Amino acid sequence: MQPIKRITSRTVVIASSDIDTDQIIPARFLTTTTKEGLGKQLFADWRYQSDGSPKPEFVLNRPEARGAEVLVAGRNFGCGSSREHAPWALLDYGFRAVISTEIADIFRGNSLMNGFLPIVVDERTSQWLLQHPGAEVDIDLESQRLTLPTGTSVSFPIEPFARHCLLNGLDELGYLRSKLHDIERFEAARALSPA
Amino acid sequence: MAARTLFDKVWAAHEVVAQTPDTPAVLYIDLHLAHEVTTPQAFSMLRSNGLRVRRPDLTLATMDHSTPTHTDQVFGNVPIKVDAAARQVRQLEQNAAEFGIELFGMRDARRGIVHIISPELGCTQPGMTIVCGDSHTSTHGAFGALAFGIGTTEVGHVFATQALLQRKPKSFAVNVEGQLPRGVSAKDLILSIIGKIGVSGGTGHVLEYRGSTVHSLSMEERMTVCNMSIEAGARAGMIGPDEVTFEYLKGKPRAPQGREWDAAVARWRSLVTDPGARFDASVDIDATRIEPMITYGTNPGMVLPIGSVIPDKRGDDVFDKAMRYMGFHGGEAMLGKPVNVVFIGSCTNGRLEDLQAAAQILKGRKVAPGVRLLIVPGSQQIKQAAEAAGLAEIFKSAGADWRESGCSMCLGMNGDTVEAGQYSISTSNRNFEGRQGKGARTLLVSPLTAAASAVKGSIADPRELM
Repeated sequence: MQPIKRITSRTVVIASSDIDTDQIIPARFLTTTTKEGLGKQLFADWRYQSDGSPKPEFVLNRPEARGAEVLVAGRNFGCGSSREHAPWALLDYGFRAVISTEIADIFRGNSLMNGFLPIVVDERTSQWLLQHPGAEVDIDLESQRLTLPTGTSVSFPIEPFARHCLLNGLDELGYLRSKLHDIERFEAARALSPA
Repeated sequence: MAARTLFDKVWAAHEVVAQTPDTPAVLYIDLHLAHEVTTPQAFSMLRSNGLRVRRPDLTLATMDHSTPTHTDQVFGNVPIKVDAAARQVRQLEQNAAEFGIELFGMRDARRGIVHIISPELGCTQPGMTIVCGDSHTSTHGAFGALAFGIGTTEVGHVFATQALLQRKPKSFAVNVEGQLPRGVSAKDLILSIIGKIGVSGGTGHVLEYRGSTVHSLSMEERMTVCNMSIEAGARAGMIGPDEVTFEYLKGKPRAPQGREWDAAVARWRSLVTDPGARFDASVDIDATRIEPMITYGTNPGMVLPIGSVIPDKRGDDVFDKAMRYMGFHGGEAMLGKPVNVVFIGSCTNGRLEDLQAAAQILKGRKVAPGVRLLIVPGSQQIKQAAEAAGLAEIFKSAGADWRESGCSMCLGMNGDTVEAGQYSISTSNRNFEGRQGKGARTLLVSPLTAAASAVKGSIADPRELM
């Protein structure tokens, strides 16, 4: 995985709360057996008419959304199904981070393992971002700070080990496999006295 | 030792390496359930890294999400209608063979929805850690297991190491006291809990359902409750094992047998929350006040007692968007609203007791003209039991479509879908926009309410038909 240190980009705003992973990518597209190419189906039911043509009013179909890498969403983003196809679709489309006041657990974990940043901010910062679509923001993973074009800068939490992996381009599996001796010891001990 | 919760005990017993401020815990996984939709990319990762499945003996695979429920596509010579689904099924067959994993394949009598077959085989046991690339893995918590859904990258981690990197979540006590009234089921209980704590009320927590009501429930009812923990944002929900749990497991093919059984039960008895153990959060629920519940919006937290009117929250954008999608308005009554499709099934309500509840209403009655009733058993074993008990005959006489097992219309990726704009009264777990098909409008209910609504042809209170 490529190291991630900083993302500087314009935002796209989808203000809805409780955006579930069925909206991010509907289940009928989960028959794929690869990770690639899911960006076309991102937000499919909001983005396309039934004949497959784009809905002009949906934000991702508007010219100002082109090239934006940061999605700003209402609270509780990514709830519902555990499908990792959700961050795969967001990344394949070109997004690199989502900012919300609350991000669902499984989606957050899946995102971090794919280099998609789930950024949780306070209500005030979120409100400002929701009201200023297209704002140029700076996400600095090293210092865990989000800076708005007003100059306001806020810190955001991120799991320290995931941050370490992202900054250094490390795969969590490599770390987990380095613990295989411990895992074998654990198994051997349990074989003697079951938990 | 300080008083500990059930969750604390199960967590501690599986900590290979404890968490530190800088690193998550290495958590050992006792049982990994695999299905066709969320594993292909994980198997590809193993292949490209030259890795094997480290503990195929702790891994169990089946196919349920994208599989058809039409008998001719499952057992006949008719090809699976959805091409991509057929490819997923073939790929799981190949992957299971290549990596040495036991697979309950398409025509196996033990096949079914992954969260239904593991308990019915006795694979799910108290005190275990259980994961699966599916958020409804929380179902297995009904046995006092710590069970949660994971993404495909983590599926690969478990394949390769039999462990996961995890931060310990917080604990949340859901205390339920009192007797559920007649016509009120476990589904109504969990819907009312979600209505109370909200769709993100459990985020970052493991729920423990506690109290006399919970322990008076059967295992099937407990599974319905734990199944929807994720709908409150919690990755897992647990119930302390008791005599009901042991009775359910005794004699199941994969449960411990003979002397091992006695030793296992003795161990399992310690898996209870100690008196005085502290939870990070809690909520109290009075079961005696719960009524049959129904959702009116586009997430499971938008739920109300079936006899109520939709609250008027105009100006709230989640509410307004949901009302536009559903074609409803604040102030309208739910009872009597028209119904197009009724679905009884899923990992939430596809077990034998659910089918018995539906049959209780449907016996000697007919599905209302113009309404499509689809009943899909959660597993092939349940299908067989329902046929032996005469339930299937009741369903067919009523005019229902009776199918082979699978996830079916819960998520509309296997050919079973609801058409755009249609109202679907469903015993499944998610009423998200498009969940049952593009434009489909889903209302979540219990099997009793679903069956009653099928008979009336409109949203109906099951107590009137009992």
